[in-house]
Amino acid sequence: MHRVTSYVLRRLVGAVPLLLGISVISFAILKAVPGGPLAAYEANPNITPEDIVRLERAFGLDQPFHVQYLTWFGRLLGGDWGHSYASSQPVLAMIGERLPNTLTLMGTVYVVTLLIAIPIGVATATRQYSRFDHLVTGGTFLAYSMPPFWLGLLLIILFGLQLRWLPLGGMTVPGATSFDLVDRLRHLVLPVTTLALFGTAHYVRYLRASMLETIGQDYLRTARAKGLGERIVILRHALRNASIPLVTVAALDLPELFVGALVTEQIFGWPGMGRLFWDAATRADYPVLMGILVVSATLVVLANLAADVLYAYLDPRIRFA
Amino acid sequence: MAFDRFRQHRVAVASVWVLAFLAVTAAAAPLLSPYDPERTNLLLIFEAPSWSHPMGTDSLGRDLATRILFGGRVSLALGILVVSLALTIGVSVGAVAGYYGRAADAVLMRIVDMMYSFPRLFLLILFAVLFGGKLITVVVVLGILSWMTTARLVRATFLSVKHREYVEAARALGARDREIVIRHILPNSVAPIIVAGTLGVAGAILAESTLSFLGLGVQPPTPTWGNMLKDAQSDMSVAPWTAVFPGFAIFLAIVSINFIGDGLRDALDPRHPTKRSVDHG
Repeated sequence: MHRVTSYVLRRLVGAVPLLLGISVISFAILKAVPGGPLAAYEANPNITPEDIVRLERAFGLDQPFHVQYLTWFGRLLGGDWGHSYASSQPVLAMIGERLPNTLTLMGTVYVVTLLIAIPIGVATATRQYSRFDHLVTGGTFLAYSMPPFWLGLLLIILFGLQLRWLPLGGMTVPGATSFDLVDRLRHLVLPVTTLALFGTAHYVRYLRASMLETIGQDYLRTARAKGLGERIVILRHALRNASIPLVTVAALDLPELFVGALVTEQIFGWPGMGRLFWDAATRADYPVLMGILVVSATLVVLANLAADVLYAYLDPRIRFA
Repeated sequence: MAFDRFRQHRVAVASVWVLAFLAVTAAAAPLLSPYDPERTNLLLIFEAPSWSHPMGTDSLGRDLATRILFGGRVSLALGILVVSLALTIGVSVGAVAGYYGRAADAVLMRIVDMMYSFPRLFLLILFAVLFGGKLITVVVVLGILSWMTTARLVRATFLSVKHREYVEAARALGARDREIVIRHILPNSVAPIIVAGTLGVAGAILAESTLSFLGLGVQPPTPTWGNMLKDAQSDMSVAPWTAVFPGFAIFLAIVSINFIGDGLRDALDPRHPTKRSVDHG
């Protein structure tokens, strides 16, 4: 276990330059805005050029790039992520308020995806080239090519507008004051379906391939030769090893889920991080944008790290070198 | 040989025909349709699909089928332009990193890592907001955000090939770096580049539709499949066909390109017939 700890520490230290680079890029992108962050004010006839100069000084925008960056980064570390230009709320609090909603959505999607994908993936691999296998392989291709926003609209048309079974969007019934599990689940069905279809297709394809590779291995023949039942051979010996790469894919899919979540949150009016980013982007609310960029990129880096560590931990052939 | 293998992948062959059909009808749009894609007709608002308007009309009385044909021009051309740009950057970066190694490799690959760390759609939205929704800016932004996979693929081939004997031999015979890279090493990465490029077209079409759907891509009245779906969002309760048909066009284009990519992978990389379901990252 000690080896693992030192490996994780070394990898964390290794991730520091990457994270620093990410923060510099996030900062630079937003500095590159034509007209600067105060461009919105310049169009306002009530604000004179002198006011702009005063605002620039107040926000520290008259300082050289590296000074501005260091000030921003220092505050970032201290937990002061600045205030939204649009609502004057602290950025960190805004993100903290939205993150649970996105995590509810993403968490449900993960669970649903794995619950559906693992049995199907195993079943196709054990019946390679059967009619079922061809059907699933074809199906995953279709699911893969489905634009999520189109799927979302079709689901709304069918289940929301035509059949009226499910709500069109939002997270609760309008005016709801207390938490109601049934209501929350009803609101989750359509966005989760939209997001889970792609993920399921992705995992089924991955699991099928890695199961097929595992099924050909010698140790499975050994297990069968020992007289173990086919069920145990497949579930305990094959699936266990075949799902190691799946862990990596699941971790690497995190950014994909953030991305999918933006469009899905937009269509279904789900008040999560993606929506927050979208609103901030259309309002040129730079402190919020920078905050979300830093959070999401950091999550990606940490997810990669977690994937590597888990992979090495699950597969004893890999050394923590 | 590769061509024969491709022909055995029946779905991929069918997909080539579907894609060709989409491309030809889009190119010949003015000849095929009697309507103007941008001219509004307030007497024909939200007509359901019929013989004269096979896909119905939209909120401004414009023929949906015509707009889909013209929208296809934008989407398909954009897909190819984006991939050309992404391949140019990706191959150059991958070749430099793989061939020269050391500092160049370290710096370039860290840049690739960083670019991978940002959710692509977030950056797309940011750049689109910052630089506006002209076709050319959308192409450049998408290209700049899509070259990393190619760079990694090319770098990997370079690393595995650059110390082979025939490369050393070429060097011993006095070939210059440029010649070694282009004539002797690069051809080894053509197969993965073709596959990545094909799938990249699908990715670019999807990305542009997403941007347009969010209202940040190519701006109306120029029709694209994505901005037609954006309008459909508010119209679909009265006219569901406005959402169904443009989305189906995107889906058809993407699914056929993905099948073609799959067929190409099988044809060009015969050593791993089972691997075909693996990557796609």
